[in-house]
Amino acid sequence: MSSSARKKPAAAAVALFVMSGAYAQKVPDPVPAGEVFSAERIGHALAAPTPQAGHTAASAANSPPEDGQWTMPSKDYASTRYSALNEITPGNVHSLVPVLTFSLNVNKGQEAAPIVAGNTLYVVTAYPNYVYALDLTKDGAPLKWKFAPKPVPASQGVACCDVVNRGGTVSKGKFIFNTLDGQTIALDVKTGRPVWRTQLGNINVGESFTMAPLVAGGRVYVGNSGGELGVRGWLAALDEDTGKLIWRAYNTGPDADVLIGKDFKPFYAMDQGKDLGVSTWPADAWKIGGGNVWGWVTYDAELGMLYHGTGNPGPWNAEQRPGDNKWTTGIFARDPATGAAHWYYQFSPHDEHDYDGINEQILLDMPFDGAMRKVLVRPDRNGYLYVIDRRTGQVLSADPYGPVNSSTGVDLKTGRLQVNPDKETRLDSVVRNICPTASGAKDWNPSSFSPRTGLLYIPHENMCMDWLNMQVSYIVGTPYVGAEVHMKPGPGGNRGELTAWDPVLRRPAWSVKENFPLWSGTVVTGGDIVFYGTMDGWFKAVNARTGAPLWRFKVDSGIISQPISYRGPDGHQYLAVLAGVGGWSGAVVSGPVDPRDGSAALGMVNAMSDLPRYSTAGGTLYVFSLPR
Amino acid sequence: MFSRCRVEVALCALLPLAGCGKPSARPPVSPASDTPGVVTSALVPGLDHGLATVDPRATAYYNNADAVVTGKRLFAQYNCSGCHSNGGGGMAPALMDDQWIYGGRLEQIHQTLVEGRPNGMPSWGGKIPDQQLWQLAAYVRSMSLPQTLAAQQGATPSQNPAPVPPEVEQDTGWKPPPGTTNDYTSVTPGPP
Repeated sequence: MSSSARKKPAAAAVALFVMSGAYAQKVPDPVPAGEVFSAERIGHALAAPTPQAGHTAASAANSPPEDGQWTMPSKDYASTRYSALNEITPGNVHSLVPVLTFSLNVNKGQEAAPIVAGNTLYVVTAYPNYVYALDLTKDGAPLKWKFAPKPVPASQGVACCDVVNRGGTVSKGKFIFNTLDGQTIALDVKTGRPVWRTQLGNINVGESFTMAPLVAGGRVYVGNSGGELGVRGWLAALDEDTGKLIWRAYNTGPDADVLIGKDFKPFYAMDQGKDLGVSTWPADAWKIGGGNVWGWVTYDAELGMLYHGTGNPGPWNAEQRPGDNKWTTGIFARDPATGAAHWYYQFSPHDEHDYDGINEQILLDMPFDGAMRKVLVRPDRNGYLYVIDRRTGQVLSADPYGPVNSSTGVDLKTGRLQVNPDKETRLDSVVRNICPTASGAKDWNPSSFSPRTGLLYIPHENMCMDWLNMQVSYIVGTPYVGAEVHMKPGPGGNRGELTAWDPVLRRPAWSVKENFPLWSGTVVTGGDIVFYGTMDGWFKAVNARTGAPLWRFKVDSGIISQPISYRGPDGHQYLAVLAGVGGWSGAVVSGPVDPRDGSAALGMVNAMSDLPRYSTAGGTLYVFSLPR
Repeated sequence: MFSRCRVEVALCALLPLAGCGKPSARPPVSPASDTPGVVTSALVPGLDHGLATVDPRATAYYNNADAVVTGKRLFAQYNCSGCHSNGGGGMAPALMDDQWIYGGRLEQIHQTLVEGRPNGMPSWGGKIPDQQLWQLAAYVRSMSLPQTLAAQQGATPSQNPAPVPPEVEQDTGWKPPPGTTNDYTSVTPGPP
């Protein structure tokens, strides 16, 4: 504590040092290739591939014939994100040009899919969740209406990973979407006025809404976010016409709350038993245990079933919650009418690495062991691509599609993920080079599937992390994490990858490496082209059969949204995508976040400190077509 | 809270030319306007120097190594670190940079902790003992001090917080300490 006068010159010298070091913040070296396990070692299947037994495709009930529209983020119930439109081909895509741009007036992470129905294009933005309806029949696609739901500003303080929104859906003359502050709203597509608005979430307990509601069979399915704030996860069903709550199923707690009853027949013994949502936790910890439904809910029109994943258990510090922590980090099959659980499978029992189980599930009919099976395909955060019999919840195969060393495979007899003891997280020391990282081998951003190629186009990450558990206390409405994480690139140094995965042969057909983690979805078309966006702002087209680059266009900000394809009123094929980097991975740009703190944004900044050199924040709709 | 008398003393000490040595000569103002409280805007009409208040309770937390070290511990225990990380932010803004939305003087940071802020900062007044709020404020102020930044080793900042020197309070709360800089945001180079 010397006097200020004596300290000044020293302080100035120090300041210069700090200044020169500012952008010297380096992306860490990649994890050595030898530290992750080979697919041969940790991938398993119940039977050898039998591709001759049939053609892999979604059923007609779940993937109806192409109508040129894109009314829900997943395109169809099967969640193929396949557009059969084929005007744009590998031969002409090089001449694709932007024909429309529209400023969203929000410079936060834009994760939504544009929605096209009735010659109108709808977009819902990140907070403050503006909804725009653009008239595609008129020159320049002018605004039909804009709706501002005005969510309470304090809701920004309970959004773990940027103030994102993953989209809305058009159904029966309504555009239905969620707001960050926990509302579900149905707008009249003609006027933009609310038909109903239902407040389900409560920010004062840390709840927010970021997911895209699923609309099916006269119901709207909505889940909460808040796995980093000790929020107890749930999925609710609302009446599509009135917005009234029909049922709500919690993902922790007593069976009665979870809607587990006589119909519940989980395939594996580890998921069987009474009130596991209580007994697999320390006393009362299930009340603040997470298991949120912030990703994809899928409706199976063929089997009359609903499938949804559950998020990470809270806190991240697993030493504070011994037990399997049911029903977090798994997947439920539920009766859409009542919410009654039919089966459940836990991808990551007693999750120690934030491997939320909320990614997309794609419903396919697929040859397996000599016969056609009704499966759901799930590229999970924990690094495995699961093929699951969706009638029973049995895992048919589980193979790594990204870098994995946190586990040594899935035991297909017990269904249990085999955790690698060397990568179990602890209070007493930093565990280094855990793969995949907390945001997973991939996060929420969805894959697409082409019935023409039989391939799944998985946009994913190649990142690992160092992790130190920290003791954390629960304070309502504040983060309940208890871990200090520092992320880093996976083997090879490319932080992202697009993998074309053959679910029958259980291996990649090809892959494309990307510098930044892929945080956009993919769309695949009848012209055999895969479109996706990168965090440094390229919208790209590659050949769906070979991965060969075909075309790219530099947009105004990084892309972390869900591209779509539609047929315009003029009969021609269009591509639409939102630019606007942010989200968990882009918080260092959409922040304000300081790249000098590697632990910032839950450790993501350590691996993303260079993103400000490549992209600024933005928020723009882009539409492309062939020149005319 | 502090009395009108104390505020006037403070104003007089800092603004000898503003005429407040003669309270009777001032135009009549409403009681509310006469007690400005802690200033959290850099725009103060009618003054060429915006330093309008000094909260005497802040004094004890300058040059106070215990305060910043205790504040660091509390910062984790009250889950501040869940949003602000180790100063780099995430769910909430960074605190180690040179940007102060509501002011960076100890009294201003304390006020932000007490009141909360509309875009998601919770209101902690009445929830945390006041002394601890001041210790938290001292740690938060320390994060962007050149000495604290220089002590960073590896990718985790703010682990060795320097005590807050009183001279950083010579400004209104929206600038780095005189003679120092923390100006990493002025220039962002392009891709290598």
